[in-house]
Amino acid sequence: MAQSSQATGGLVSIPALLQRNAQKFADKPAFREKEFGIWQTWTWKEVQREVDSFALGLINLGVNEGDFIAIIGSNRPQLYWSMVAAQSVGAVPVPLYQDSAAEEMAYVLDHCGARFIIVEDQEQVDKVIEVQDRLHQFEHMIYLDPRGLRKYDHSRLHEFSHVQEQGHAARDEFTPELEKRRAKLDMSSTCVMLYTSGTTGKPKGVVLSNRNIIESAHNSSDFDKLGPDEEILAYLPMAWVGDFIFSVGQAYWAGFCVNCPESPETMVTDLREIGPTYYFAPPRVFETQLTNVMIRMEDASRMKKWLFDTFMAHARKVGPAILDGKPVSFMDRLKYKLGDLFVYGPLKNTLGFSRVRIGYTAGEAIGPEIFDFYRSLGINLKQLYGQTEATVFITMQPDGEVRSDTVGVPAPGVELKIGDNGEVYYRSPGVFEYYYKNPESTADTKDPEGWVATGDAGFIEEGSGHLRIIDRAKDVGKMADGSLFAPKYVENKLKFYPNILEAVVFGNGRDRCMAFINIDLSAVGNWAERNNIAYSSYQELAGHPKVLAQVQAHVEEVNRSIADDPMLSGCQIHRFLILHKELDADDGEMTRTRKVRRRIVEDKFHDLITALYDGSDKISTRTEVTYEDGRKGYISATLEIRDAKVQPVTTQKMAAE
Amino acid sequence: MNQMSTEGYTTADGRKIGGVMMEMKNITLRFGGVKAITDISFDIREGEIRAIIGPNGAGKSSMLNVISGFYVPQEGEVWFRGAKRPPMKPYQVAQQGIARTFQNIALFEGMSVLDNVMTGRLTHMKSGMLEQAIWKGKAEREEVENREVVEKIIDFLEIQAIRKTPVARLPYGLKKRVELARALAAEPKLLLLDEPMAGMNVEEKEDMSRFILDVNDEFGTTIALIEHDMGVVMDLSDRVVVMDYGKKIGDGTPDEVRSNQAVIDAYLGVAHD
Repeated sequence: MAQSSQATGGLVSIPALLQRNAQKFADKPAFREKEFGIWQTWTWKEVQREVDSFALGLINLGVNEGDFIAIIGSNRPQLYWSMVAAQSVGAVPVPLYQDSAAEEMAYVLDHCGARFIIVEDQEQVDKVIEVQDRLHQFEHMIYLDPRGLRKYDHSRLHEFSHVQEQGHAARDEFTPELEKRRAKLDMSSTCVMLYTSGTTGKPKGVVLSNRNIIESAHNSSDFDKLGPDEEILAYLPMAWVGDFIFSVGQAYWAGFCVNCPESPETMVTDLREIGPTYYFAPPRVFETQLTNVMIRMEDASRMKKWLFDTFMAHARKVGPAILDGKPVSFMDRLKYKLGDLFVYGPLKNTLGFSRVRIGYTAGEAIGPEIFDFYRSLGINLKQLYGQTEATVFITMQPDGEVRSDTVGVPAPGVELKIGDNGEVYYRSPGVFEYYYKNPESTADTKDPEGWVATGDAGFIEEGSGHLRIIDRAKDVGKMADGSLFAPKYVENKLKFYPNILEAVVFGNGRDRCMAFINIDLSAVGNWAERNNIAYSSYQELAGHPKVLAQVQAHVEEVNRSIADDPMLSGCQIHRFLILHKELDADDGEMTRTRKVRRRIVEDKFHDLITALYDGSDKISTRTEVTYEDGRKGYISATLEIRDAKVQPVTTQKMAAE
Repeated sequence: MNQMSTEGYTTADGRKIGGVMMEMKNITLRFGGVKAITDISFDIREGEIRAIIGPNGAGKSSMLNVISGFYVPQEGEVWFRGAKRPPMKPYQVAQQGIARTFQNIALFEGMSVLDNVMTGRLTHMKSGMLEQAIWKGKAEREEVENREVVEKIIDFLEIQAIRKTPVARLPYGLKKRVELARALAAEPKLLLLDEPMAGMNVEEKEDMSRFILDVNDEFGTTIALIEHDMGVVMDLSDRVVVMDYGKKIGDGTPDEVRSNQAVIDAYLGVAHD
């Protein structure tokens, strides 16, 4: 694309990009939002006018350079403009997660000392009012949607459109000031501050400069050849770095159109109507969609079901190869074309993916079947690996080198290295400036040479140069013989089977790996029903020999796939058992977000672990459970322990780079 | 019992309530030998949320049907905006600016939400059948204008996601909301709600309460509602009429009604001789 091959000359801030776009793409659509059932469009020229009016309004309200302006709400064009308007007047936009509770907001609002808060509606206004006594620097709040706010005290509360009107009315007075402030922006001025959710401790404010955002947007746009004709749907939280890069960074850099859904619930319809060309979703979204398709196909007529099954089988065989531009026989291509006519095309249209040129998924491991399903339909779904501190991009998969088990090659401008403990480090133009008001954490994360620790363990595959992430660095251990132990890597492979809900793998410091398995009651229960297997409780179903046999088959399959991997072949599961109860947050075995608490499980079921290792084939146990109303009870069970076939391999010591 | 001046009053949360919009004077309604309503008088003021409560069989729904003009009382008078109302056909009542929802949802099940809400605009459409069929000029213009009003209501009640869904496929709570949307589409001056929260869970009740308050606040619509759930009524309404066995046993602000001995007896139950 012409504009992305330019150097960033002169384009040193988002407001500068806006000015360029208003001239260069003047009447091309920049933003769309569905309102009252119709897609409303704003061209780049109009967006510039809107942003300028609001920026003047902010000056009018007394916004100073260096102020922090918090932005809370769902994806609305006006909120995106607010961020650019804030930048234009030298302030720093701080988008917050709109579903945070008032308490969580209070921490962030107080930490950044926001003087101004721009919110979407009454719900957010109420939350801010609830905590405003603790926000010493807070002065004014601006809202978009006046509904329900008529009776509120308006001494510190302003409607967005009024602020714009006042700004517009005072344009003669404030325009010179606005231009002066805008001219001061350069590559090193702060572009945005984003709070990371922080699984441990308080959220940290990641400060990203214009250099971070613009160079990352520039590089990644070039990587995927994003041009001014792309369409994206902005539906992920504005406080997330990915949304900022896609809907602001890349959108302003490449000049493409950002579409905002009518409401969070209408996402699916809006997706179909817009037909984005560039799309991002976490694995969970793809998973849910696939499940929905499969459920609906189960209910379809026999003819349709046959068509679907036949052509999907063919798509799985040749679809990914066709997408990657590999040689495929003429007959297979012809059959694929037919499939496209009857099945893939209509299906993609239903899902809203007819026009997707580039799709990304990231955040966690995606099941290979799910990944292959979308790719076999001809949707160019790829993976990337990134984090807020890197301004998203660390690695990306180039077209033609897409696989479900890697996260791709280093993104343009990114250097990678693997630490002694297997942890992945990177250095790039996107590396964040610092954590706001937190020099200790900054120093912990980013070394003086600019290398940043990701907290994830991984390795670079020989030959392809692709990065593979295996686990969180703190969970990775060594086995007794010194080979790598990466429990989550194995657990994820197990969990890709619909029958297996949860798996916990043990083996740190031991000679062999063992596993606890939790079956998925709905999947296994459904199977039992179809096969006339009667059961009266979870425990009984979990102990059924046929279920054990199925799980054993899964475990052995996983072993075979792990054995292919020289570095992780030591993690094959030698013995396993199916737990008699589901791991549960009420019992403290999981977090509320359904992550297994390894230590607690280890403690609580130590008798089972002992049995796994001492070679016994049965173990009787008694476990305390907490019912939902807080009462406690016990369940007793005798669990069968099974040996799984392992592939003979010569385990290697972990290669330290 | 009711010491409000004829000039209206100010509510606890600072809303200005206007003069009398509708007045029921000594209404008695009989079905054959059964007296459903006996000599009841009360008024509804501009801009207020007025509730009618009472135990099962107290005559609440009958009262609402009298207000809506569906039942014509044997005795008594209904005054609307300073004029005595003669017996009317339901469509004439609708033209006067009164809309309602039903206790047992009365939507067109096979039609989409949008079409259902559009039917609420009927009284605002003037083009004839032929014009509608040809779909030119006035009919087309009218449809566009009315669709705009309807879309604003859809946005207001947050039912965008089900705009094109046939009503039959919706869960109960949403159907209730669609019914409210249809009533609002008529841009009524007086909105009658027959048990808007019946059969809802706590969350749905909260949503519905918020919508009722917002409708009153945003459009200034006067609302008369019948409700079973005492908590909801006390939170929502400005003034409450309490009925029992077809008679009025209380009338006043929620606080006044709550401390009224007759009301407590009716709800907690005492022996009737």
